[in-house]
Amino acid sequence: MRQAAKIFSLILGVLIISGYAFAEYGLNFPAPATDIGQEIYDVHMFTMIVSTILLLIIFTIIIYSLFKFRKSKGYEADQNFHKSWFGTWSWVMVPAMVLGVDFYIAGEAQGVLDKFWNAPKQNCAREGANKDHCFDMNVKTIGHQWWWEYEFPEQGVNFNGKFYPIKVESRALDKDQTSEELYLRDVDNQLVLPVDTTIRFLNTSVDVLHAWWVPELGFKRDSIPGYIMETWATIEKEGTYRGQCAELCGTWHAKMPIVVKAVSKADFEQWIEGEKAKLLAKLQEANSNKDWTKDELMTKGEQVYNTMCAGCHQVSGLGLGAAFPALKNSPVAMGPAAEHINMVLNGKNTMPAWKQLSDIDLAAVITYERNAWGNSASVVKPADIKAAR
Amino acid sequence: MSTTTMNATHSHDDHGPLKGWRRWLYSTNHKDIGTMYLIFALIMLFLGGASAMAIRAELMYPGLQLLDPDLYNNIVTNHALVMIFGAVMPAAAGLANWMIPLMIGAPDMALPRMNNLSFWILPAAALMLILSFVVPFFPGGGSQINTGWTLYPPLSLKVGMSMDFLIFTIHLLGVSSVLASINIIVTIFNMRAPGMTVWKMPMFVWAWLVTAFLLILIVPVLAGGVTMLLFDRHFGTSFFDAAGGGDPVLFQHLFWFFGHPEVYVLLLPSIGVLSQVIPAFSRKPLFGWNSMIGAMIFLASLGMVVWAHHQYTIGMSSAAVNYFMIGTILISIPVGLMKFNFIATMWRGSMTFETPMLFAISIVIMFVFGGLTGVMLAIVPADMQYHDSMFVVAHFHYVLLPGAVMALFAGVLYWLPKWTGNMYNEKLGKWFFWTSLIGFNGTFFVQHFLGLAGMPRRIVDYSIQFAEFNFISSISAFVYGLSHLIFLYLVITTIKGIGTTKAKPRSWEGAQGLEWEVESPAPFHTWEKAPKIDKEGHYVK
Ligand code: HEC
Ligand SMILES: [Cu+2]
Repeated sequence: MRQAAKIFSLILGVLIISGYAFAEYGLNFPAPATDIGQEIYDVHMFTMIVSTILLLIIFTIIIYSLFKFRKSKGYEADQNFHKSWFGTWSWVMVPAMVLGVDFYIAGEAQGVLDKFWNAPKQNCAREGANKDHCFDMNVKTIGHQWWWEYEFPEQGVNFNGKFYPIKVESRALDKDQTSEELYLRDVDNQLVLPVDTTIRFLNTSVDVLHAWWVPELGFKRDSIPGYIMETWATIEKEGTYRGQCAELCGTWHAKMPIVVKAVSKADFEQWIEGEKAKLLAKLQEANSNKDWTKDELMTKGEQVYNTMCAGCHQVSGLGLGAAFPALKNSPVAMGPAAEHINMVLNGKNTMPAWKQLSDIDLAAVITYERNAWGNSASVVKPADIKAAR
Repeated sequence: MSTTTMNATHSHDDHGPLKGWRRWLYSTNHKDIGTMYLIFALIMLFLGGASAMAIRAELMYPGLQLLDPDLYNNIVTNHALVMIFGAVMPAAAGLANWMIPLMIGAPDMALPRMNNLSFWILPAAALMLILSFVVPFFPGGGSQINTGWTLYPPLSLKVGMSMDFLIFTIHLLGVSSVLASINIIVTIFNMRAPGMTVWKMPMFVWAWLVTAFLLILIVPVLAGGVTMLLFDRHFGTSFFDAAGGGDPVLFQHLFWFFGHPEVYVLLLPSIGVLSQVIPAFSRKPLFGWNSMIGAMIFLASLGMVVWAHHQYTIGMSSAAVNYFMIGTILISIPVGLMKFNFIATMWRGSMTFETPMLFAISIVIMFVFGGLTGVMLAIVPADMQYHDSMFVVAHFHYVLLPGAVMALFAGVLYWLPKWTGNMYNEKLGKWFFWTSLIGFNGTFFVQHFLGLAGMPRRIVDYSIQFAEFNFISSISAFVYGLSHLIFLYLVITTIKGIGTTKAKPRSWEGAQGLEWEVESPAPFHTWEKAPKIDKEGHYVK
């Protein structure tokens, strides 16, 4: 089956594209990196080949009749063709043939479907777990407008993977940016996963519909608020795999890239430890009662702003069109701190609420907005945010 | 039949059309209303086409050039709605109005005043749709519709007042098409000429009969769905809001319960057109008459129970996806039968290649191709990749443009001599055919590759790995779009009789059917005296 698929894809490739000049442009799925992905790829190739053969047969018949049965060649129409035995019985023969092909295809697909659909329910580490059908770890992928949040429940690690880097205004057609290979395909924090490990993906959303899609893993799953989807896969090859959100989720749907970095189990353990340390440091920072200076807040604020807010308000603070207001000279950003804090904490219309950010991040970003781009207004401290919550 | 008694009570002297605008606004004449439907559809086609050009212009290069993301999404939404509800359905209804009475030997539609109403609701709906598009540009107008035509909540719950305009637009469109469907069914059941049994009805009439029933069954479901959306938005219900105990997926089921059969609503009238065109230019009767009717009824019925193949990725039970997968693959049986019948009609025929026939042949090929990618999409595991990618966009444009739009062009060109009394300029027709054929394939064929390589649909900006094919697609799309100006020019010159020849009553050598027994152009009133049909289904002079 796999062999036949390869031979045929080769013939097809030569037939249709005449040589591999276009190969680098991606004419087919990228090479799968998971076991499930490989099986899905095979089913895809199988149906495509069957379809191509059918198409070629039908095409040949039509082309033949176009040349044979034309009036200009003096061909007289056979007025009784539809009354022949063929005309009488074709309504049985044709559906029977189509049905045969249908069941052939459906049969091929069903095995993969049942395997893919039936995600393991038990952790392999648990006592008495079915060792043939269990998962080694969970990864939770959570859609936000407009980034992905990842959670490793067993390891207690949680972080955001956001579109990165925002170098220039989205509006401008900046050749430097758009000619970059990873334009719209890079994130600040990659999702690192171990190879040769059965991973159960749990997929959900906190706001609107999204869909988590990395072609190399072989599947996508909708993220639906109120639902938790299960899928599973074992990554077999180390590498970096890129995808993006596939379900229209509003304004910046195009800017929800996903980057999965598959590494060896040992490297994964190391990475997890690093993430844990980062989380710990953050926690300590939040509890340290440190008195933040304006400069420190501005530096941190710029970072937070450029990852969290610049998508809408732009790096320049000038906003975008009528929908996203400028913050430069904005009455809110230049006005009383309380209103500004309220706006950012609770949101308004399309402006999201940012409660989930830490007091320090919020204080930093608000201070930044109040003092960047020529704005000048009061500094906001973490304690102010705490009081406002 | 009652038609004869009706005629006896009228005196015929003062029976011409009213003068000026009254002729159109007050019209109860099936030909005038048919003409209005067709002109409305043509205007909408250019509006929808302009939006398609805007989409392709934005996607020509990576980066944001012309459109803000929300404007882009708004245009994507409107492109679909305008094309489906504004262009294709009214154009098919226009053909039905014009041709069904002529083809079954009836003097007019059964319910002429309702006919007037169902047309005149449309401009109101169009106005409402345009309002939903422009309202956000006014102060306090709220945000733009950025959901796509599928209007999935929760996103559609967050949109501003535009969404309310859109919901009412859908209600109006629904009322219009249900009224039109009722009218068509009543006409077909009650107004046929003596001797024309249902089994002798032209295939175009059959196709519309099936379509009309289908429409009446599905439109109320969409109306219900969007009404629930309206209630969620304004009256505190939470049908679709998980936080309030509702279910966002419920809307998807309601939408696609309408949305999937809707595809067949767009497709079936065109199957009817092809069933007239292909025999005419093959100079022999349609192959597989009964199986064609059976296939249409089977298609419509099966089409109503496979909707969830649009939502495999929401995660249904294994039994449910298995059912929807097999059901969807089985759609290939009626469709395969139809296409087989078309090919068998051409087989051993005596073909000539006027523009309607050129369209018909290319439609059969391209539709088979679109159907086969449809089978691929039906395979659940593989659809985990295809879903919501450009592959889907390519697939449905390959079925809907040839299957619905191009077949309507074929129908318009085929019957244009009957409507105007002039033969259109064949050379222009061929120019139109070849430019649109090349433009169409250039636009959409490469989108299969984009989808497989990982480009999602409905994105305003993309990574540079997709740049080459998007560029090819955009350039071809401009060719495709511009080709329709040839069509516009062709129609106008034919109506005005510029550079055309006079059409005979039977405008095409091989054309069969009652419509070719009346003069060209068809007089304002036809078949006031019902024609006679013999046992073979032929007209008796
Ligand atoms: C989804 C796009 C979006 C993102 C991301 C976003 N905002 Fe906003 N923001 C808006 C919109 C829209 C408004 C206008 C709200 C209104 O008045 O209806 C707004 C308004 C504001 C205002 C008030 C401006 C004025 O003059 O009225 C401030 C301050 C603000 N945002 C701060 C932030 C901060 C801080 C962040 C990042 C933590 C952020 N925004 C991220 C969309 C966004
Ligand atoms: Cu998303």
